[in-house]
Amino acid sequence: MDIKRLIIVAVGGQGNLLASKVLGEAACRLDVPVRMSEIHGMAQRGGVVESAMVFGDAVSTIISDGEADILLSFEPLEALRAIKKCNSRTVVITNISALPPFTASIGKGKYPDIDTIVQQLKSKVGQLIPLDAKALAKAAGNELSVNMVLLGALIETDILPVTPVSVEDAIRETTKKAFLDTNLKAFEAGRGAVREQIA
Amino acid sequence: MHKLLVDQPGEKKFLLGNEAIARGAIEAGVAFASTYPGTPSSEISLNFFQIARESDLYFEYSTNEKVALEVSAAAANSGLRSMCIMKHVGVNVAADALMTLAYVGIRGGLVILTADDPYMFSSQNEQDTRYYGKLSGLPILEPSSAQEAKDMVGYAFELSEALQEPVIFRTTTRLNHSTAPIIFGPVKLPETSGNFFKDPFNYVTVPAVSRNLHVKLLKHIEEAEQMACESAYNFITGEGRWGIICNGVSYNYVTDAVKDLNIIDKSRILRIGFSHPMPGQLIKSFLSKCEKALIVEEGEPYMEEAVKALAQEANLTLSIRGKDPALFSRLFEFDPAMVRKCIAAYFGVPYEAEMPADVSDIPDLPQRPPNLCAGCSHRATFYAVNKAAEGMETIRPTDIGCYTLGFLPPLSNGDFLICMGSSVGTSCGFSKATGKKVIGFIGDSTFFHSGIPGLINAVFHRHDLTLVILDNQTTAMTGHQPHPGVDMEGLNYPGYQQVSIESVVRGIGVEHVSVIKPYNVKKSIVAVKEAISHDGVSVIIARQNCTLFDKSFKRSVGRPFYVSDRCKNHRLCINELGCPAFYVENDRVRINSTLCTGCGVCAQICPEHAILPFKQK
Repeated sequence: MDIKRLIIVAVGGQGNLLASKVLGEAACRLDVPVRMSEIHGMAQRGGVVESAMVFGDAVSTIISDGEADILLSFEPLEALRAIKKCNSRTVVITNISALPPFTASIGKGKYPDIDTIVQQLKSKVGQLIPLDAKALAKAAGNELSVNMVLLGALIETDILPVTPVSVEDAIRETTKKAFLDTNLKAFEAGRGAVREQIA
Repeated sequence: MHKLLVDQPGEKKFLLGNEAIARGAIEAGVAFASTYPGTPSSEISLNFFQIARESDLYFEYSTNEKVALEVSAAAANSGLRSMCIMKHVGVNVAADALMTLAYVGIRGGLVILTADDPYMFSSQNEQDTRYYGKLSGLPILEPSSAQEAKDMVGYAFELSEALQEPVIFRTTTRLNHSTAPIIFGPVKLPETSGNFFKDPFNYVTVPAVSRNLHVKLLKHIEEAEQMACESAYNFITGEGRWGIICNGVSYNYVTDAVKDLNIIDKSRILRIGFSHPMPGQLIKSFLSKCEKALIVEEGEPYMEEAVKALAQEANLTLSIRGKDPALFSRLFEFDPAMVRKCIAAYFGVPYEAEMPADVSDIPDLPQRPPNLCAGCSHRATFYAVNKAAEGMETIRPTDIGCYTLGFLPPLSNGDFLICMGSSVGTSCGFSKATGKKVIGFIGDSTFFHSGIPGLINAVFHRHDLTLVILDNQTTAMTGHQPHPGVDMEGLNYPGYQQVSIESVVRGIGVEHVSVIKPYNVKKSIVAVKEAISHDGVSVIIARQNCTLFDKSFKRSVGRPFYVSDRCKNHRLCINELGCPAFYVENDRVRINSTLCTGCGVCAQICPEHAILPFKQK
């Protein structure tokens, strides 16, 4: 089976660990070989959280610089910071709703202009899919379902060997019942947003 | 039922490496486990803590790794399969017990799990625990994947019982925190009632006894080497002449690299999973079939030294390389591309590396360093100390925990740190050596771990220092584990007795002890001023529950605050506290009300009293 390498970056608390778990469970259901590596020691203290997921016939659990097939970023600045993981063919999906780090909020360093981030990303990778995941999540009923929106966007690119149905099943099993409806709606909203962009 | 207790052999679950290890222990019939929490090992014990509530497993969070190992050593010598879990630097704390436990040995299997942290994602050093195998004589096992780790735990118990020695189970961050589908095996019911058979001439390590025990240990090492040569965990793949010897996660990178480089038929890979003692005969026979050999191991040249020595013994003159300016470094962690590149370079295989995106034109991006949480009481305590000691020249040793982050501006509290508990001992030394006022910081869990002997030392020698004990009623940094100072009844865990930090400190004989509520800024500053003007040892206990832990119980402090138009932009809130709930919008300070916990500290320091609570949440 083809090897596909996915990097997910987010800011602690954005729910990316749940997103990667859902994706892993979905792959498991389909008997797709999958391995994941995460550094989450500082996840709850506002630091950057990075997950690497390798699908297919490889045994490594991490991804070297320049070797990601897809970068899924929960935050635009973090997409730019993670750009070294990409090459000229990488597909980058990024949320464009900014979460300025505290350092920038208090005037120590400047948060780059979102358009500049988008332009820079675009010039360096194969394809850029920007979307406002926060707005889409809000419209789906819960601002905190940014992770499900981005998961939907990721699946719609059809690069990974997992199906939308398997991901939906994994969402049903893995996420809290109370949020299930909005999670599925958010997932669908993410897929829709990418369908529009690709069409 | 806990997901790791399910007895359904063949079931496949997507599990974290640490969960797989815990499951492996359950399948092996572990009866007894002890630990002191430490990332990247913490999730193993977290699962045991939960499992112990619904099974016969005995589990405890011990006060430190040495105690944890002693507790488990006694259980194992009472015949119970036991496991002791710690991070790599924890082994240093446990080392005194470890070295002589190797002489005494065990009856029931004892697996000592260590989690090394190459690249230091969450540690103060990246020491290579494999040398503890050499130092103590104990066998070391090293898995390469989460599934193998689960299976290897069972083997570790069997090996331990066969040799009558504890077995060191060495993992690294990338295994502990990797996740993969894990196939369950059957669960073995543990033997939970232990029995100790007295035998002082084998158990009481006076010199005359130890002289015999050392002889026994050497015999065990010899037997272990034979077992290592025959172990299925030291295996060879490939029949080529290019030898590669590797271990742990490096084996994964090697496996992928030989495939990517299309040299599977040219290569011969020896994966070492049983790495102490090194399997001498196996390695000699492997080398004899190679024209050159590359050693791929993160950390120190542990295998490389052994392999080169074995080659010399066998009169083999082939080239053997590993740590080398042109190949592998002793620093940090490896990755697939690096291993691919070094294999290609050493064996002369053409290889074009993937070009990472050019970052030369990307401007400096604002950093996102981890920060004390919004509403964290440590921030308030550091602020109070800064105000109380304003204008004084002080040295401020710190310790290991969330509060270490207080060394960053604007709080800038933290001048020196080497290990758990070092704040107290180094405070003693700095005070004596420099004559300056010393203010040390230590967390509650760290105080119980290894702060107490230092404080006794300070009292006995009448050192002039103030120790601030940051008591947030939990071991926060590693994921909110309990410690002896925690009110367990209050957390709905019956059967514990709380130890009062204040009583301990007074019992030691500290003359000046004060307890502050850090959210009360004025009173805290006054109390700290008094403490630091005391000549001798003074202790401040800053007590406030961890706000992150409280959040998980939906126990919140109060209503969030906002910045009213009374604000005149002095910005003391940002420049002296730096709570992450603040942000600047159109040159005005604002408060993110979802992050704000309502601690009210900023409201107390605002000169215009411009920060006010919302009327309704």
